[in-house]
This record gives sequence, C-alpha cells and structure tokens, in this order.
Amino acid sequence: MPKLFIFISKRLVQMALLFIIFLTILFFLLDAQPGDLSQQYIGNPDIPPEEKARLAERLGLDQPLWGRYLAYMRNFFTGDFGNSLSQYPTSVTHLIGQALPRTLALFLLATLLAYYLGFITGKVLAWRRGKFTEYALTVGGVGLYTVFYPWFALIMIWFFGFGLRQWTGFRIFPIGKFIDVSDWTGAAYTTNQVFIAMIVVATLSMLAALVITWAARRWLDPRYAVRVRNYAFLAGAIFPFLYFWFSPMRPFAWDILHHTFLPVMTLSAVSFAGIMLLTRGAMLETLREDYILTARAKGLPEKVIRDRHAARNALLPVVTSLVLALAFVIGGGIITETIFAWPGLGLLLYHAVILEDIPLAMGALSIIAVLALVGHLVADILYAYLDPRIRY
Amino acid sequence: MTEPADLQEPAAVGLDLADTAGGGFVPPEPLWRIRLRLFLKALRRNWGLFVQNKIGVTGLVVIVLFALMGILHPVLMGRVWEPAIYDPVRGYDAPTKDWLVVEEVQDPDSEMDLATARLMSNPFVKVGSIVSIPQQPAPPSGKHLLGTDPLGRDILSQLMYSTRAAFAMGAIAALTATLIATTVGSFAAYYPGWVDTGLMRFADLILLVPLIPILIVVGALFTLTLPLLGILIGVLSGFGGTAIVLKSQALQVKVKPFIDAARVSGGSNRHIIFRHIIPNVMPLSFLYMMFTVTEAIALEATLSFLGLMNIQMSWGIMIHVANNQGYLLSGMTYWWLLFPSGLAVTLLAGAFFLVGRAMDEVINPRLRAR
Repeated sequence: MPKLFIFISKRLVQMALLFIIFLTILFFLLDAQPGDLSQQYIGNPDIPPEEKARLAERLGLDQPLWGRYLAYMRNFFTGDFGNSLSQYPTSVTHLIGQALPRTLALFLLATLLAYYLGFITGKVLAWRRGKFTEYALTVGGVGLYTVFYPWFALIMIWFFGFGLRQWTGFRIFPIGKFIDVSDWTGAAYTTNQVFIAMIVVATLSMLAALVITWAARRWLDPRYAVRVRNYAFLAGAIFPFLYFWFSPMRPFAWDILHHTFLPVMTLSAVSFAGIMLLTRGAMLETLREDYILTARAKGLPEKVIRDRHAARNALLPVVTSLVLALAFVIGGGIITETIFAWPGLGLLLYHAVILEDIPLAMGALSIIAVLALVGHLVADILYAYLDPRIRY
Repeated sequence: MTEPADLQEPAAVGLDLADTAGGGFVPPEPLWRIRLRLFLKALRRNWGLFVQNKIGVTGLVVIVLFALMGILHPVLMGRVWEPAIYDPVRGYDAPTKDWLVVEEVQDPDSEMDLATARLMSNPFVKVGSIVSIPQQPAPPSGKHLLGTDPLGRDILSQLMYSTRAAFAMGAIAALTATLIATTVGSFAAYYPGWVDTGLMRFADLILLVPLIPILIVVGALFTLTLPLLGILIGVLSGFGGTAIVLKSQALQVKVKPFIDAARVSGGSNRHIIFRHIIPNVMPLSFLYMMFTVTEAIALEATLSFLGLMNIQMSWGIMIHVANNQGYLLSGMTYWWLLFPSGLAVTLLAGAFFLVGRAMDEVINPRLRAR
C-alpha cells in the first residue's frame, strides 16, 4: 500500500515539526520563569561573584537567547538532558530510562483493556436501548466518566487495599508502590530485568496469537478461523503465566504483577466509561442508517446485524477518539502513578516538580510528549487503515 | 441558548437586503425588537426540548443547588457563623469528647487507660474520673454538620466556600475557551489558506500535548493562581479541540445560501463573520462551554490535590489535607474528610457534563430518542 506509506511518512514529518515547535515552546517557558536555572546552583549568597560568573558561563547562561536555544536543542537531540538536581550525579536520561517501561506498560495495558471492554459493553448497551441494563450502565458510566479521578483512585486504594482486608482477613491488593522491597532482598535480578522480561514474553505471545489468527483467516475456512482465533488468544494469554511459573523469576514476577493490578484496574475503569459511552452514541447513530433496516429485512440474525453491520461502522468514531483517550490516559496515568506511588514517568515528573528539579521535570515532560506523539501516530495509522477514504 | 439558523437568518438577511436597497421596504418595528422576539421564541422552544430530558434537568438542579450553597456561604458567615470558628481557612474549633479513665480498656470508643489519659489530659488524673479531650477531626455534630478537618476547621463551611472558587474557575475557563474557539473556528473556516492551516496546525499541536503534565510543570515554574489557571485552561482548550469542532460547524454554515446572499448584498468579510457565521456557531460553542467547565473544575481540583496551586481553599485542597494528614486508609471511620469534597467535585463536574449532553440533544436532533 504505497498510498498508506505516503500518508504515514507525511504524518511523520508533521509530527517531527510539531515536536520541534513543542520543544521551542518548552524552552521559552523555561526561559520565562522568574529567575533562571542558575539560581538553583548559585542562589547561595556565600558563593563569591566570580565563581557565580564562572558557573553561569559553564552552564551557558551568559550566551544570548539564540545561542542558549541552539544549545538546548543540540543537547536534547544528542540525548543529553543534564543531571538531575534532586538525585544529583545521576543523569536525567538514566532516570527516565528506568521509569519508561513501567509507564509504557501502565498506559498500554489500561488503554487496551479499556478499549476492548468499552467497545463490547457499548455495543451491547446500544442494542438494548430502553432496557433497565442500558439505563443503569449508562448512568454508572457517566458517573465513572465524570468522577473526580484522584478521589476515585483513593477510594479504590482504600477499598481494595485496606477495606477488604479488614473484612476478609487477607490482602487482596497492595496499597501502592511497584514491588514489596522485603521480598526482593538477595534477589538475583533487578526489578527492571524482571519487568522487561514480563513485557517481552507477554508481547511476544500476543503477537504470536495475532499472527496465527491472521494466517487462519487467510487460509482456513471461516468456520474454523473463528475457533482458531479464540484458542490462539486463550493460549497467548495463558502462555506468559506458564512461562513465569516455571522460571526462577516466579516470586518476583508475581510481586510485580500483584502491584500492577490495582493501578491498571483504576485507570482503565475511568477510561472504559468514556469509551463505552462513545461506542453507545456511535452505535445509536449507526442503527438509524438504512442498511441496518435492509439487513433486518433480509432476515439476518440479530447478532450478525449488531456485530457485522452496526458495530463495524460504529468503530470508526471510536478509533478517532483514541486521540482524545490518549490525552486522558496520559493525564490520568500521571495522577495514577502519583497516587499509587507507581515509579513511572508521571511520578518522576511529579517529584521533580515538587523538589524543583527543573532538568528532570523538563526531560520527563518532553518524553511524555514523545509518548503522546507516538500514540497519535498509531491512532492516525489505524484510522487510515480502517477508513480508506482518509488516505487522500 | 441562541436562536438556530433557520429561525434567525432568513429574517435578518431579508432585512439587511431591505436596508441596503435604500428604503423601498420599511420594517414595521425596530430591528432589535424583531431579533429579541425571535430570540425569545427560540429560547422558549429550546427550553421545551431541554425540559423533556430528565437527565439534563437533574444536572441543572444540581448546579442550582451548588450555586445556592455558594451564595449562602457569605450570608451564613456574616449572620450566623462565628468567623473565628467557621472561617474555612483560619477557623478553629475543637469539640471535646468525654472519656472514662479505666485500668483496662473494654470499650475503646468511650474508655481510655490511665497512662494515655495522663499523657493527653493532665498528669493527676485518677482511675474512674472523666476527662474531656479535644477531638480533631471531630465527627459531625449539631454544631459542625459535616464535622471538622484534621486542623479543626469546619468541613461544611469549607465545602460551601470552595463552591465559589469552582464556579469562578469554570466561568473564567469556559468564557475564555468559548471566546477563543468561536473566533478561531470561524476565521479558520472563513479564510481557507494560510490562516486556516496555521490555526489548525496550532490546534493540532495543543491537542497533542497532554494537558495535565504541562500544567504540572507550569505550576512548578510559575505561581498558579485561580484566575491564571482558568485563563490557561481556557486558552489551551480554546485553541485546541474546541476550535476544531467549531471550525467544522462554521464550515457547514459557510456554504449556506444566506452567506452568499449577504455577500452579494455587499456585506464585508467582518460583517459576515460576526453577524452571520458566529451567531450560527454559538449554540455549539455554548455546548462546548459546558464541557470546558467540567474539565476546568476537575483540573483545578486535581492540581490542588497535588498541592501545586497557590490558593487557600478548594475541594482539591480538602482532599489534599485529608490525604496528607494520613486519614486515607481510615476510610469510613473518617468519611467526612474524604467524601463531601470528592463527591462535590464529582457532582458539579458531572452536572455540567449532563447539562452539556442534554443541550447536545437539543441542538442535534439526530441524538434525540426515537
């Protein structure tokens, strides 16, 4: 598909330009703050003025605006974000590299879960318009969608991490953090080693399931293809568990997984509500189209009309909303990380901001922006793939 | 709510034509009165449609209730409540609770052992006597309907006081956003070419950048006050998503025949944009105003909750205090610390959202129930 390729490369160039503009704005924002970055180092009155001048020179603060801007851009694109002020000698790049996989996993898991469940529920809701389930779930969805997110997360922590433990006597979910440190004493692995292994195994097995599904759809009779797809995804979901059950990483992988449940659940619950409402709206619009009436008149089974005729066309606006959902997941993810003390980019950003660690905050913010950009690109490509009219 | 296109425009255009023709046709009454009458008629019709939507009316009732709370607060502070006790920021009250001093505690809700009692009250207490100890946070009582917070301040007073901040915040953000988005959308639709491209690429940029991290960093670099945050949210959402939606609406208006008629009869670009396009985009921008309010209230509460705002009291700060003082996991035991403020944000933001949805159905007939 050369047209799709042209579309993607065009979008890539646009995204790169946008990102450079974003970095420029970020630089001027940084420049416009009261005082300047050197205050962090040389605010101390005991430092003699000549030392201050030398430090300012070393930091490049004596240069004109243009020179500073160029230096900023050069440093950014060579991957040099400077040193963190709050964890001094550590470089920002190192800190971000540690936090990135955790954030990626949180965002991806929550988005996928929310989309999958939200689309299915919304589809069924629209189909049952006027019934009690539709009413109850819609009201519940609006409630979830508009709930004050930090408060909701706190309630979730209290309920699952503490309240249930009071009543049932055992700990369902931990109340926060990424690992239980006491379980890791003497461990042969670092947390990120285990975590990345988990991500890789899970991704690979899901990819394998996808490939099998694709191959089955291509070469097999449609009747068997559906069955093969179901088994492939079931196996793809079970395989990572089996793998880690028999690997020496088992207790550590379980510890991380145990800590992952609650944040992912909370974040996807809120995101799920939005997708569900949107799918419901899109389905209701689609159900009024003439081709639905035609399908009914042909005497097709209800399930086929719903899944093949209505839902397939209602998918388009839902995929478009991926762009908006991304903003939601990223914003919500940062709050989630802060509240659950989940050591990802969001918590890094928050701590950097609280401790006025400006280099770290700027680095984390620009990487979050890169994540958002990549997400948008994926959404664009998906949209162009689903709707051939987009590829002008 | 403003008048929909089919009601206002033909009349207005007809009269414009008459004016430029130089006086063959004399309007029976002044123009503004005709416009007002049409406006009221449309308002009545739209109100009728809105009232049919129970969810929207519920939202409106919730908003009115919160507005009443906000209005009532200064009255209560002036007339009924003692400022030294009930001030939402500086007030202090410590209702006392009586404890029976015993050797061995049987009932932890009303009894206290000797060592604790000596520590908390006075060192000469004896077993069997009753000590009264100030309680913070105090549970709801006749004096403090929703109890006090960990610093001894009245929760109800804080809740009512913060309502004003939420409304002011929402109003500032929504007005800024609507003003910017309507103008940007109309101009981008009316002037294709570099104006359109520039404005829309800028909207893309803003849409791309996640709002919360940006606001967190801005909160770290600058002092974020309430009006500043309101304007910031307004600008960001006004140049971003809302502008794109309003532009597509303006594009639909632009190709209507009455725009051509206005142009043929000599209307300038400015006249057409401000007199014909913007009034027809208004209903939709009013709708997006509601969604901006929802967003602004939630964002303000989030930033206050994270402790990044430079304000004295808001719903977010109430949760921040409860959380920071370690009352989170007490859950239901201290429900009055977490629930009133969290519910208030949820309810008010949700109410604006519901009103927006109901207005959506008024404006867009396709959404109405069959």
